[in-house]
Amino acid sequence: MADVKKIATRDSYGNALKELGDEFDNVVVLDADLAGATKTGTFKKAHPDRFFDCGIQEANMVNVAAGLSTMGVVPFAATFAMFAAGRAYEQIRNTIGYPHLNVKIGATHGGISVGEDGASHQCCEDFALMRTIPGMTVMCPADDVEARAMVKAAYKMEGPCYMRFGRAATPVFHEEGFDFQIGKGEVLKDGKDVAIIANGIMVPEAIEAGKALAEAGIDAMVINMATIKPLDEELVLAAAKKCGRIVTVEEHNVIGGLGEAVCGFLSENYPVPVKRIGVNDEFGHSGPAAALLKAFGLCADNIVATTKAFLGK
Amino acid sequence: MTSEERKQLQLEAVKVREGILTATHGAKSGHPGGSLSAADMFTYLYFKEMRLDPKNPRWEDRDRFVLSKGHTAPGLYSALANRGFFPVEDLPTLRHIDSYLQGHPNMNTVPGVDMSTGSLGQGLSAAAGMAKGAKFLNKDVNVYSIVGDGELAEGQIWEATMFAAHYHLDNLCIIVDLNGLQIDGRTCDVMNTAPVDKKFEAFGCDVVTIDGHCFDDIEKAMEKFHANHGTGKPTAVLMTTVKGKGISYMENQAGWHGKAPNDDEYAQAMAELSAARSAIEEG
Repeated sequence: MADVKKIATRDSYGNALKELGDEFDNVVVLDADLAGATKTGTFKKAHPDRFFDCGIQEANMVNVAAGLSTMGVVPFAATFAMFAAGRAYEQIRNTIGYPHLNVKIGATHGGISVGEDGASHQCCEDFALMRTIPGMTVMCPADDVEARAMVKAAYKMEGPCYMRFGRAATPVFHEEGFDFQIGKGEVLKDGKDVAIIANGIMVPEAIEAGKALAEAGIDAMVINMATIKPLDEELVLAAAKKCGRIVTVEEHNVIGGLGEAVCGFLSENYPVPVKRIGVNDEFGHSGPAAALLKAFGLCADNIVATTKAFLGK
Repeated sequence: MTSEERKQLQLEAVKVREGILTATHGAKSGHPGGSLSAADMFTYLYFKEMRLDPKNPRWEDRDRFVLSKGHTAPGLYSALANRGFFPVEDLPTLRHIDSYLQGHPNMNTVPGVDMSTGSLGQGLSAAAGMAKGAKFLNKDVNVYSIVGDGELAEGQIWEATMFAAHYHLDNLCIIVDLNGLQIDGRTCDVMNTAPVDKKFEAFGCDVVTIDGHCFDDIEKAMEKFHANHGTGKPTAVLMTTVKGKGISYMENQAGWHGKAPNDDEYAQAMAELSAARSAIEEG
């Protein structure tokens, strides 16, 4: 995919916030001293009067956002996934989730593709943490186009949501104008032998895997499941009924994320064998993002190998 | 304030205290001690200070109140009920399974509650967010928040205070209830937060120290808060109080932090409050 345009979804986040700010006066953005990294600096440059830096105070920031939301503005709070979903979990749970406030948490640097910073900054638990909060919408876009559409959809929905964006540049495969809908998965390739359900930067890998599997005579359905909660149960059910086997792929601990959301639904409604590909309940470590993803099996090659083994082929 | 005004506030405060006792007695649990220490402040805020409309609890230009020490919900609920936000008769349903009066303040079920609280340290941040929002929208809205002295041990309180000073939130009034006691004992023994005045000063607040049971003192503190508008400084009102104030056997007893009165204790408490009312009326 050398000729494919690559953009990090954190850049998409910053650009979409700026555009939202151009259009709507009630959009405000908070950051915790990471505007350069989370790319909210793009918004800050265009709308300095609506950008509130909270310094290194993630817990305070998300609760300031809660207070702001009750005054009629729509706050987007940004920091790294580790410090949003992780450090500020209980602040989000009690003072955003419980009162169901209209706060948008846009966290960047999710997953091990953070790279060289290492395990302390590689959050592979955010989907799990955020999914357990009642009423919380949890999303992770697959590319630039979807990320920008997601930010705008988040503004338009009422209630709290958590969005995870990535640090590393990833291929853009959606056409401009893609109609993103919260809670709706997207079938990227139809198939009948197995359904690969992925999200985030694992989606391009799943697309590649789908092609390689086709060459090996395995007809895989490939689904982009950008919304982890609420899960597109209708699509998961249809995929299970048609394919009979599911592989999930996410840049997240296999505990608590997309894979378990799919398992939880299917085990109660239409049990079929599921194989979860993700970070196998371990911490990450330092290294270049691409090398780390390979080392952790979060790549097309491993999806192909795992799927073949899963199907006994 | 006039002597008549003072007397009316004192009489309202008796009602607020009666509501606290009735609610926690009805709940058979809850937190009377810290509700009673802040009862005079609740009374002053809801009967004199804040611009609000009990018939329109969501009036967007109202002043806001955030009970950062959310476990003293009985005090807030009693003030709200007595102010007309909901029937006083509902107070005994506190904490019941079919009641809207949740154990800790819930902004979506209790009319007049501006922020759901209960997890210590978080309310003040939300109050700062409201004050920031009012400034951003050029609204003349004041935000008041009561923080417990034990709660000062939470690091987030200082994050919020730093934020308030940094963003010049002179429309934020931080009220600290210095009753000196927390669950495990005396605050100075459990985790010493002194010197509280120097801390808030160092964090950029204008500090006013008062007797939290004296309405003239409370009035002076609020006058100072209003005078601080335009200075860019948040106001920190440090009020010295007595935990369990007004009920003889509860006063200065850490054990009454989170315990409800039984039937006999309730009867005695109500008799004491009745006597207090008579004394005020006789002037």
